[in-house]
Amino acid sequence: MNNPNSSNRKIVILGNGIAGVTCARHVRKKDDKADITIVSGETEHFFSRTALMYIYMGHMKYEHTKPYEDWFWEKNRIDLKHAWVGNVDFENKQLLFQDGATLAYDILVLATGSKPNKFGWPGQEFKGVQGLYSYQDLELMEQNTQNIKRAVVVGGGLIGIEMAEMLASREIPVTFLVREKNFWDNILPLEEAQLINRHILEHHIDLRLETELEEIIGEDSGKVKSIKTKTGEIIDCQFVGLTVGVSPNIGFLKNSGLETNRGIVVDGFFRTNLQGVYAIGDCAEFKEAPASDRKNIEQVWYTGRMHGETLAYNLTTSNAVPYQPGIWFNSAKFLDIEYQTYGQVPAIWSDETESFYWEDKSGKICIRLLYSKKDKEIMGVNAFGWRLRHAFFDKAISEGWSLEKVLSHLNQASFNPEFSKPFHKEVLAKYNRESGKALETYKASFFKKLIGSRS
Amino acid sequence: MKNIQKVGAAIFVLGFLIFSILPFIGTYQLGKTIVEANVKDIHRETMVDIMSPMYGKVYDSNFAFIKDFKQYFNTYNDQLKSNQEWDKVIWDNYAFDLTKASSLGPVANNPYFYLGISVLVAVIGALLYILPLYRSEPEGIKNNGIFFSSMKAKGFLGILTGTYLILFYIVLYWFPEYMTNLVIAVDPISMALSGNPASQWFLYGLIYTLAIFVMGIRMFRKYRGNKYQTLRTASVMFFQLSFAFILPEILVLFNQPWHDFKNIWPLDYSFFYDYRMEGMLSSGALGMFMLIWGIILIVLGVPLLTYFYGKRWYCSWVCGCGGLAETLGDPYRQLSDKTVKSWKIERYLIHGVLVFAVLMTALTIGNYFSGFSFLGDATNQLHSIYGFAIGSAFAGVIGTGFYPLMGNRVWCRFGCPLAAYLGMVQRFKSRFRITTNGGQCISCGNCSTYCEMGIDVRWYAQRGQNIVRSSCVGCGVCSAVCPRGVLKLENGDEEGRINDMPIIIGNKSITIKS
Repeated sequence: MNNPNSSNRKIVILGNGIAGVTCARHVRKKDDKADITIVSGETEHFFSRTALMYIYMGHMKYEHTKPYEDWFWEKNRIDLKHAWVGNVDFENKQLLFQDGATLAYDILVLATGSKPNKFGWPGQEFKGVQGLYSYQDLELMEQNTQNIKRAVVVGGGLIGIEMAEMLASREIPVTFLVREKNFWDNILPLEEAQLINRHILEHHIDLRLETELEEIIGEDSGKVKSIKTKTGEIIDCQFVGLTVGVSPNIGFLKNSGLETNRGIVVDGFFRTNLQGVYAIGDCAEFKEAPASDRKNIEQVWYTGRMHGETLAYNLTTSNAVPYQPGIWFNSAKFLDIEYQTYGQVPAIWSDETESFYWEDKSGKICIRLLYSKKDKEIMGVNAFGWRLRHAFFDKAISEGWSLEKVLSHLNQASFNPEFSKPFHKEVLAKYNRESGKALETYKASFFKKLIGSRS
Repeated sequence: MKNIQKVGAAIFVLGFLIFSILPFIGTYQLGKTIVEANVKDIHRETMVDIMSPMYGKVYDSNFAFIKDFKQYFNTYNDQLKSNQEWDKVIWDNYAFDLTKASSLGPVANNPYFYLGISVLVAVIGALLYILPLYRSEPEGIKNNGIFFSSMKAKGFLGILTGTYLILFYIVLYWFPEYMTNLVIAVDPISMALSGNPASQWFLYGLIYTLAIFVMGIRMFRKYRGNKYQTLRTASVMFFQLSFAFILPEILVLFNQPWHDFKNIWPLDYSFFYDYRMEGMLSSGALGMFMLIWGIILIVLGVPLLTYFYGKRWYCSWVCGCGGLAETLGDPYRQLSDKTVKSWKIERYLIHGVLVFAVLMTALTIGNYFSGFSFLGDATNQLHSIYGFAIGSAFAGVIGTGFYPLMGNRVWCRFGCPLAAYLGMVQRFKSRFRITTNGGQCISCGNCSTYCEMGIDVRWYAQRGQNIVRSSCVGCGVCSAVCPRGVLKLENGDEEGRINDMPIIIGNKSITIKS
């Protein structure tokens, strides 16, 4: 490719998570000459952080979580440096490693990810108390959970429920402390949060809502032996998982001349205050949120990937573009229940917004569509236990389809496996009942059904 | 594990051990009448003569009996061979039939009892273990602890099981005379179905069908709530029981050739062999139907059904090999190799076998129509090489014996010529694909890990690309184990099926093509 920036410049990417690796791959696609090095102290090769839980649960081994085979890096001439960085000498444009080695760069991409939050609880330094983010955290958790009788997980978010599931898979009794009224209810509307509450209990996880940690109590040996809640209850446990969110992993960059706030401060082009230094992924903090519905720090897999794609594009073109995310999407799995969301579905919505909600009688499957009161245009969707087609909702939301148009095409939006029980008719029936209308679903001919066509 | 499951596991192991010991019990005695009744007319006099030193002698084990039998038989043949009297050499192998007929009991006296304490006990034990699985847990696939399991992650138990299966197949294919007691135990069932005594193949078919049923029930438990898995498992159970096991025996009962109507050339590599052709052509309207139906399946059934549904219509819904792989083999699916290197080897091997099967069949048909005037011996040689190397060693010993070592689709992936043919149609002219759901992939690797065909599903999913691979048998497990709802097996318009330069939805800054 004809590329004005192409030269023998030395691009160093600090961090081999999804953001850094995506950036490296896409730079290499467009720039044959650049000298690319990915630095990581965590693991030599890129692995999928989201899959750490499956290693603990025995679904996979570490090598299965590597999205590329080990030869991939050499073939694409991406150097891997497996070492911890002590600090960065921005003046002389070089990384200083903990072992004393140095590495010079022309362009530095910081993709250092996050670290688990610890809020200064008394006793949080006891052995057996930890968060879960890195591969090292996983190894520690493996050690810390050998032959224990009970574990406590503190924090009702995505990592909290993953940790509870991990422990439960090894038949370790889990007490799950959630500060909020319902699980993850700062993100999920009430019905969805309650649906997950019920599912957590169904898995015999001891869910304690509206319960906060007061302190962690240890033995003389330095090991955790129990926790105390704010109501004074003592719960005996040999392991405490602290999963109260993550924050940018930038400790080693403080006071180095790089502008930081909660994260590394960047503009819409991922540029920091220093020439030739960029930040992407969890560790970057936008001066201005990239869109009205986005936060200044984006900490999910998908945004990390998009940051990497966009920066790589900018590093290999003369017409740099600002990061401009499309329709929001996310997904998760809560024990056995999958969750997908497209567009905007906040926990609480304004008066200009209305909601249509349907829940299956099993109490484990639901869909919620938010739409504007005025023009009935759909704004977002939440689905639990029901896979939805990303392309369908990306289109419907960006084109501003009406609620009714979406409801009458729901059969095409389903991404559940073939022969799954269809729900779109029940959803439509509920809508018709509530609105007094008689909407119908688009019906496929028998032949089309027979050959499984969805057009 | 619940207590009842522990009891079940113990009962299964007991039945399995009895099954394994059964061949080595009992006494054997050969008599003149036995030889007369069990050899061809042309060999009768000679065989009666060769075997005469054994008459009246009671052997305490089949090893001693077979050792003597082989000694006398081989001495006779070796003599003729060294004199180059090839036409007098007895090429037929009478070891199995004569050993079986010489058995004095106790199995022959009480076959139901011995079948009961071995096979039936093992089945009951297995069901006691399987039925309570996941009973108190909510619906959802639980792969917990698979890579900590000795049985499922190539630990001691896995290697032991693989070794047992390999030995079992070696005995079954090349030394069936050592397992005559087991065959005798199923004689009454064979008599009831086809009116004929059992062969080792009847025993094998019975165990095979039972394995698909018992482990099929395990599939129902494991994949509860996933209707696709339930239906296709029920389908392979049905086709195995009816088309592969019972129907052929009933055909024999009515003096028709043994025929499996769902087996398709070139998996059914002997379909065009002269004895099969003769059998079909001399069996009236039904025989003619067998021939025409078989050809229709090859020239119309495979391309049409694969065009509409992908090769899964056969490989994971109908096929017997697939049926065993998807049931008995399911616990081992994560052991397939996902490297690009193994994909390369796979393509060379499977297409190599297809070429071999096609060439051999072309020669066979040419030979048939030329009245065996040309290449008569060459085709026979080819048949025996193919039968030994591909039909027995590859499909059986490696195909099933290597389940606990290389995953459950070794044969289907590296060797099956029909899979190669179906795969070509699937790759180049089909509506089937595994759709990737926009940008939802998190590269976790569950899909690739649990792909029995060793397809690196994640490679495609993480770049938003549909999976269109000739080897995909459409088992649907990648979709089932995906935690984020990214994969869906579906048939749809050919347009947009193969998206070589996908754009991942969700980033408006650029339209990056990965």
